[in-house]
Amino acid sequence: MPTMQDFNLRKAINFGLIAGVISLFISVIGMTTLLSKRQLIAGVLTLGQLLIFLAPALLSYQAAEKSSKKSRAILNSVVAGLAAATPLALLILLESLFNLRQFFINVSPDLIKIINFGQGTAAGMAILFAAMGLIGLAMGLVHLLQPQIRKSIFTGLVVMLIIGTFSELLTERLRAFFGVEFSKTIFQSKALLPSVAAIILIVVTVFSIVWTKTGDKIKQRLDVIPAGQKRTIKAGNWVVLLAVLFLLPQFLGSYLTEVTNNVGIFVLMGLGLNIVVGFAGLLDLGYVAFFAIGAYTMAVMTSTGALGVGVSFWLALPVSVTAAIIAGVLLGTPVLRMRGDYLAIVTLGFGEIIRILANSDMLKSFLGGAQGILNIPKPEFMGTALIQPGQLYYVVLAGCLLAAFVSWRLSRSRLGRQWMALREDEDVAEAMGINLVKTKLLAFAIGAAFSGLAGAIFASKLTSIFPHSFNLLISINVLSLIIVGGMGSLPGVVVGALILVGLPELLREFAEYRYLMYGALLIVMMLAKPEGFWPSAIQRRELHAYEDPGPVPDNAQTE
Amino acid sequence: MPILTAKNVTKRFGGLVAVNAYSFELEEGSIVSIIGPNGAGKTTFFNCITGFYQVNEGEIVFNEQKINGYSTDQIARFGIARTYQNIRLFANMTAIENILVGEEPRLKSFWVEAIFRTPRFIKDEQKAEDEAKRLLQYVGLAGLGDQLARNLPYGAQRRLEIARALASQPKLLLLDEPTAGMNPNESTEMMHFIRGLRDELGITILLIEHDMRVVMGISENISVLDFGEKIAEGTPQEIQLNQRVIEAYLGRGTSAGFNASKAAAV
Repeated sequence: MPTMQDFNLRKAINFGLIAGVISLFISVIGMTTLLSKRQLIAGVLTLGQLLIFLAPALLSYQAAEKSSKKSRAILNSVVAGLAAATPLALLILLESLFNLRQFFINVSPDLIKIINFGQGTAAGMAILFAAMGLIGLAMGLVHLLQPQIRKSIFTGLVVMLIIGTFSELLTERLRAFFGVEFSKTIFQSKALLPSVAAIILIVVTVFSIVWTKTGDKIKQRLDVIPAGQKRTIKAGNWVVLLAVLFLLPQFLGSYLTEVTNNVGIFVLMGLGLNIVVGFAGLLDLGYVAFFAIGAYTMAVMTSTGALGVGVSFWLALPVSVTAAIIAGVLLGTPVLRMRGDYLAIVTLGFGEIIRILANSDMLKSFLGGAQGILNIPKPEFMGTALIQPGQLYYVVLAGCLLAAFVSWRLSRSRLGRQWMALREDEDVAEAMGINLVKTKLLAFAIGAAFSGLAGAIFASKLTSIFPHSFNLLISINVLSLIIVGGMGSLPGVVVGALILVGLPELLREFAEYRYLMYGALLIVMMLAKPEGFWPSAIQRRELHAYEDPGPVPDNAQTE
Repeated sequence: MPILTAKNVTKRFGGLVAVNAYSFELEEGSIVSIIGPNGAGKTTFFNCITGFYQVNEGEIVFNEQKINGYSTDQIARFGIARTYQNIRLFANMTAIENILVGEEPRLKSFWVEAIFRTPRFIKDEQKAEDEAKRLLQYVGLAGLGDQLARNLPYGAQRRLEIARALASQPKLLLLDEPTAGMNPNESTEMMHFIRGLRDELGITILLIEHDMRVVMGISENISVLDFGEKIAEGTPQEIQLNQRVIEAYLGRGTSAGFNASKAAAV
């Protein structure tokens, strides 16, 4: 078996080549060219370049980390960096000799210009090798630093790159609040000024170092605070969080608020599916069905068009939720005895049936078939129609807070334990007196209720709905966001929705590659952080068994 | 008066008859063992009692009520609790949470109450938690409540499984090989513990066991199964001398004079 000592140059080269092939792949499918239109740091770095260098940087760092000796670490990371340059260098070379565009449509002169830094074939290749080697060297050197400092530097880098990535949005926001002049001191032509980027990097790094040094002390001080005061602090945190959420649209502006609303609708669905999959362990792949039922109920009830009844949003809302609950129970009943894969397939079918029914000619006179239902009014509140994203935001927020509150209370109750037991071992749970029928149906029904609520808000927000909005991908999206956030974790749902729904909205260039990114992200997540970004306690326990304090010694028993 | 009566219970899996016309009576407050070679149908019989399997013929009466036909969770609510041959705790839940799940049949609060934290819900949960801690103490695992079930040592897991079964305050406790995998000291301890359950809590105990030292030491009555059929029943002394039991364990043709207790202990 290979051990750490065995990490030799050959392995370093392997690591580098893998990274290089990843960069090559990203380039050849056209991502690099497309993303190069977005500048991170003015005149220094584009998103496309970052993407090329990302895999080599990460894997050369890995090469350094896996080496046993410090001297070898730097050598390995530099070698990995150089190896990572090879595939791209080959691309430059081949492109200069043959017309590669016949085979790879995306290998355009623009792409080559990005890879060879606009310096021609020979010089470009040299620069590429030098750049990748330097990245490897930097990674090797960073690896030698104290873990705390290393972590802080990475934090600084990540913050800087995130700010750079969203320069355009931030510029717009800064202009709205502080005027054009101020925004020009930080951003220039939709990118960070290099000097500001450096300042951000340094400030965040230093702050992070200071925080890790003093954070423990503060935590210790917090630990000795009496319980009553602790509760006050906790309540205070909640008040601050709610206040921020309440004021958020003021800061975000209408575009970002619109994005937030979309994220919110997915959070709502995620919270519902989280009960079904995360808490009760019932894999439901047809979750979009309840979303569709909520949306169509809202549409039929409120639409002012030919198909609608024309009642108010607030009257239709409970009806939509009830319809979803009934659908949840109806779906739940036949699948009570199914487990795992079988359950997944049956629910998948259910989701498709609902979509096909909505699309069918049979129900066209009620649901509008492929033409959908139009003229759905926006909700009204105290006589004013909630037209602006900033107004609808509060409807979405209220729904999310309600769902989160209910999930949180239930997870810490008898029903929550029943779901957990069901997830762990269905047979034993039943032998403990848990009524499986009731427990499962409650999970399906409550999950469906949240999804129906999300659907109702969705219909009213879009003012028109079509069957194709309710395809399988919505179910997959919601499931993915739960996995990325962390199964069974409430904050995880929010984090997952922000990453999988919010980010693609903000990175419009990604749109074409959205599902590629999903796939890559999910694979990386499963390998590196299988418990998700914000795991629940129980998930952490399950997946990090080897980090547990280990079995309790026998003598710990008290007789 | 018997607390549990099985009359001609038969359970077939396709062509295989796992339990064949088995009749059995269990006196309230007694400790009785079911023994027999591997595959004799002992665990199948347990599964029939708890409703995990539906019997093909015959009936099972618990506390003067016919229970076959009821679902597993209803039977648990009637007052029958069990443990498993291969420990089946909720591995990723803490010891306390495991016991809390075991208390299910006794909890009264409605799930909606949990959302509003009604006084009844809070009282119910508080009581359940106190009871769970008391049970943890009772089985000798005080202070380990926050440990994950799967991190507990083997012996402690067995005790926790029993604590979880006790949490429903059962009248009848079915133990499936409670001393499996234990060394002689541990199994002696377990014997005392099981006897304590009967003496202190008045719970009737039916156990499946392979360790003859435990079986002979603890049981007041023994029922022997072989190929799904009852071949003998009686006190430990009677069983030790029973010719058919010796044959079942060692095969036909064993010399008549062979010491049965020695043979059975193999």
